[in-house]
Amino acid sequence: MEVTAQGMPYEAWKDNEYIEKLVKELQESGTNVIVGSLDKLINWGRSNSIWPLTFATSCCGIEFVSLGAARFDMARFGWEVARSSPRQADFMMVAGTIVHRMVPVFRRLYDQLAEPKYVIACGSCAISGGPFKKSYHVAMGIEDIVPVDVFVPGCPPRPEAMIYGIMQLSRKIKVEKFFGGVNRQESQKEFLAAHPIEGVND
Amino acid sequence: MQDLSVGTAWLHSLLLGFMPEWAAVTLECLLVGVGLMLLYAVLALFYILFERKVCAYFQCRLGPNRVGPWGLLQSVADMFKILIKELISLNHIDKFLFALAPYLVIIASMLAFAVLPWGNGLQIIDFNVGIFFLLAVSSIGVLGILLAGWSSNNKFTLIGALRSGAQMVSYELSMGLCVVTMVVIAGSMNVTDIVRSQEHLWFIFSGHIPAIIAFVIFMIAGTAETNRGPFDLPEAESELTAGYHTEYSGIHFGFFYLAEYLNLFIVSGVAALLFFGGWMPLHIPGFDAFNHIMDYIPSVVWFIGKAVALSFIIIWFKWTFPRLRIDQLLTLEWKYLLPINLFNLVLMVLVVTFGLYL
Amino acid sequence: MANIQDKISGKFPEAAFTQTPSVLEVSVPDARWHDMAQMLRHELEFDYLVTIVGMDWKEAGLGCVYYLVSTRTNDHIAVKVMATGDREKPFIHSVYDLWQIATIYEREVYDYFGIIFINNPDMRRLFLNIDWKGYPLRKDYNDDPNINPVSIENERQTDFTDTWVEKDGKIVKEEHRVFQPDDFVVNIGPQHPATHGVLRFRTAVDGETIKKIDIYLGYIHRGVEKICEGLTYPQTLHFMDRLDYFSAHNYHHGLCMLIEEAAGIQISRRAQVIRVLMDELSRIASHCLFIGTYCMDLGATTMLFYTLRVREQILDIMERTCGARMTFNYDCIGGVMQDLHPDFVKDVHALLDVLPANIKEYNKIFTGNVIARDRMENVGVLSRADAISWSVTGPNGRGSGWACDIRKLMPYSIYSELDFEEIVREEGDSMARFKVRMAEMEQSARIIAQLIDNIPEGEYCVKVPKVLKLPVGHWFKMVEGCRGAFALYLESDGTANPYRLKIAPPCLPAAAVVDHITRGQKIADLITIGGSMDYIVPDIDR
Repeated sequence: MEVTAQGMPYEAWKDNEYIEKLVKELQESGTNVIVGSLDKLINWGRSNSIWPLTFATSCCGIEFVSLGAARFDMARFGWEVARSSPRQADFMMVAGTIVHRMVPVFRRLYDQLAEPKYVIACGSCAISGGPFKKSYHVAMGIEDIVPVDVFVPGCPPRPEAMIYGIMQLSRKIKVEKFFGGVNRQESQKEFLAAHPIEGVND
Repeated sequence: MQDLSVGTAWLHSLLLGFMPEWAAVTLECLLVGVGLMLLYAVLALFYILFERKVCAYFQCRLGPNRVGPWGLLQSVADMFKILIKELISLNHIDKFLFALAPYLVIIASMLAFAVLPWGNGLQIIDFNVGIFFLLAVSSIGVLGILLAGWSSNNKFTLIGALRSGAQMVSYELSMGLCVVTMVVIAGSMNVTDIVRSQEHLWFIFSGHIPAIIAFVIFMIAGTAETNRGPFDLPEAESELTAGYHTEYSGIHFGFFYLAEYLNLFIVSGVAALLFFGGWMPLHIPGFDAFNHIMDYIPSVVWFIGKAVALSFIIIWFKWTFPRLRIDQLLTLEWKYLLPINLFNLVLMVLVVTFGLYL
Repeated sequence: MANIQDKISGKFPEAAFTQTPSVLEVSVPDARWHDMAQMLRHELEFDYLVTIVGMDWKEAGLGCVYYLVSTRTNDHIAVKVMATGDREKPFIHSVYDLWQIATIYEREVYDYFGIIFINNPDMRRLFLNIDWKGYPLRKDYNDDPNINPVSIENERQTDFTDTWVEKDGKIVKEEHRVFQPDDFVVNIGPQHPATHGVLRFRTAVDGETIKKIDIYLGYIHRGVEKICEGLTYPQTLHFMDRLDYFSAHNYHHGLCMLIEEAAGIQISRRAQVIRVLMDELSRIASHCLFIGTYCMDLGATTMLFYTLRVREQILDIMERTCGARMTFNYDCIGGVMQDLHPDFVKDVHALLDVLPANIKEYNKIFTGNVIARDRMENVGVLSRADAISWSVTGPNGRGSGWACDIRKLMPYSIYSELDFEEIVREEGDSMARFKVRMAEMEQSARIIAQLIDNIPEGEYCVKVPKVLKLPVGHWFKMVEGCRGAFALYLESDGTANPYRLKIAPPCLPAAAVVDHITRGQKIADLITIGGSMDYIVPDIDR
């Protein structure tokens, strides 16, 4: 299956092997005709409407602003509806360094995002600590804190790179399985039983 | 001008042919309900795309153009996404009111749809206090917003809700007075009568000075009523993250989002009704040939066209002006708009009494 | 200078003096420090506290260097005070009552070095959370990640501040409440669209009116000063890009000049002209972004797109020469990294041609708008005296009537030969700060116009040794960033790494003063004021 997004020709993507592998893994169990086509519809909706959370800590955030501006215009892809409330956003562009003090806040923001939620680690600080690798107060990459879907390297990445990154996310969403896949719902009770939280008694 | 009520009457008699009256009415109600829902969804989707495109052009950008031809399917994709997004259940909130609030907001705008004159004879209910009913139901929305802000148990939403309470109650006054001003010249609260009395000349022309003043105030108050920029304080992004709906996710947020755009349509629809003749084509006294040509354009097109054109003005406001502060907002209403409005009402009564209108 | 020295030694015979080429240095024991500070502040009118440099001289003990400037006479003085007490609990007397910004600066020193300032009303940590173990800038700090692990648990919060006071010859700790128990406290930030990054205000409100703001920093504290101590001099440069990323060129320029001064390197005139050109270009770009984001904060989103248009054009020019859109790393020790792009002059001319029309457009859309004027005029008024006392420099200080442009006060590079005006407005409100920036764009364009057609020929970078070692000593330099006076203090112990590199950013005072000027205003005004201060949070936190 040739997965592509936002009207880009399939050949234009540079890393098709990866997504092909993903598709193959997913299709091994086979898909029901009805469920499969419903999945397609839902994924079409999801992959074409990914709203970012306004979240930026440093330099990369400014490039994210440029991404919204007239030259790069992420509105073309429908990404311009930046929501300030994490409940209403779809993905989080972690644009900038995450430091020790920010980690709990960042984690909480991630928890507040409504499913399905995605994270893009944008810039070398978010990926690995980047130039601040030797710092006493910088978290060395956000992968230890939240699951990351796409990494966009650069310091800061150019807006074009960010567009490419979000498009890759869009492709990834396209091959997801809504029924029986990513959206397997765990009831709150079960979840809390499996993950007890100290100090919370309800 | 073709009268669309002929069609509805024909449908009614057709149904009566093979079922009792109560069944026919029920079926018609259902049909109208489904039709309304569809119209509702389509309009909202259209408006979302419309605003995004208009805003993009104001900002020298292109706007959505990748999803579907010319980006037309962008808001459809958004709708699919929002429909299946998680509804986060929160602890420490008033669950019942929290769930109720978005429905109140959406019901308010749906009820208002009932009396809008969509076309010649195309109206869901047409009764003698139509415009009054419209004012009454549209204020249910503020209740939803207040509840949403209060029940979320969040300080931002609470401030947003209180702001919107103060704002909407104040601006309702101006809206009401503008409507009353126009009712004076129309001589009726019946929506159809208001439209019919503009057959020769729209009120904005025939009522000249007081009508124009009323129109300007109505547009300002209407923008404030719909919580749109520069009066978007209840959800001021840069101050209160997302205002009263900060804690809402998924379809609940979708309802608020839709209601905002539908209220935009309602306000511009009412403005079209009161000042630009509703579905009445543009008639200029004395130019019979021109009037005749205008009559060929269907009435539905006239109404929706006028409403969209007026919404364009409101969208234009939003993308041009900075936001007001809460005290400035209330000062504007109570110290300027309200006195002008009262004066304008007297002026209109004088104009009508002495027959000075065109 | 000699006059000042006489006056001080007349009153404080124990003070020791050293005269360096740029500044008079006084050393005084802690016991007499507060008295001397009083004399410096009131009698000699050193009213501008540039920075407090905390120092760890290992065996010699901990101490502070205060850099003071008199705004009337433009005299400079540095005062060195050694802390009393042992390394566990070193003490210095606070001067918060003389310079208000000292409250924050002393908290910073406490956070980094653990030096406790007696009488300072707010001795909490500034950047690190309250359970942080150790004082990171001390030379014996253990940076083992296991001691201070990354935690996703919320940090412990306290509603109390510590104050250390002298009572009957003993120093005791007192606790005070930050907010009263019945205050309605709204937490704004760290993730909030209008704080321009990750800044946190705990705001006590009464309805819509603000009663008090407690500012929390450190959500992007990356410990640049500490990292620099482990790097060679050329390596430290690239962090200047990542502090205030809009003033990347200016900050680079400052550090390069400081190191060149210390190493005795003379750079070519061509390099100097290129540096100044880049500085001024980035000033225009920075102010453009300020206007855009500020208007967006006030709700006029469209302005952002109009201002970013000019910024993109400037970024194009820079990208062609420097190879990056941000984080240029262009100025280097001895000059600049690469020569100018062949099209540079043409591109800059194109920019200068469109700039006036754009500024006119901005004024037309926004400045004259009645809503904008109502929102900004008389909102967040900062008096001249307060601006100096809080060390609020740059366009903010100039909006309050304080002529504090370092390019004029202590001209560096080739600024003394250039013809430009320092924009000063008297109103001190948000509108004044906005208009100062608007006018500064024109002045920057004027500077560029003077230079662009006479860029001298020559080498763009002189040869410097591969491994650069500075002589033992310390140096201090101030430059004008886009947001105000950027001060650098460098101490070298003769090795290839700096012993201490203190960065005093202009944004820290700008953020610290927000509490002072927002009291009694509305919540919406906090956004107006915060926006008009134009602080960049990574610059505050470093």
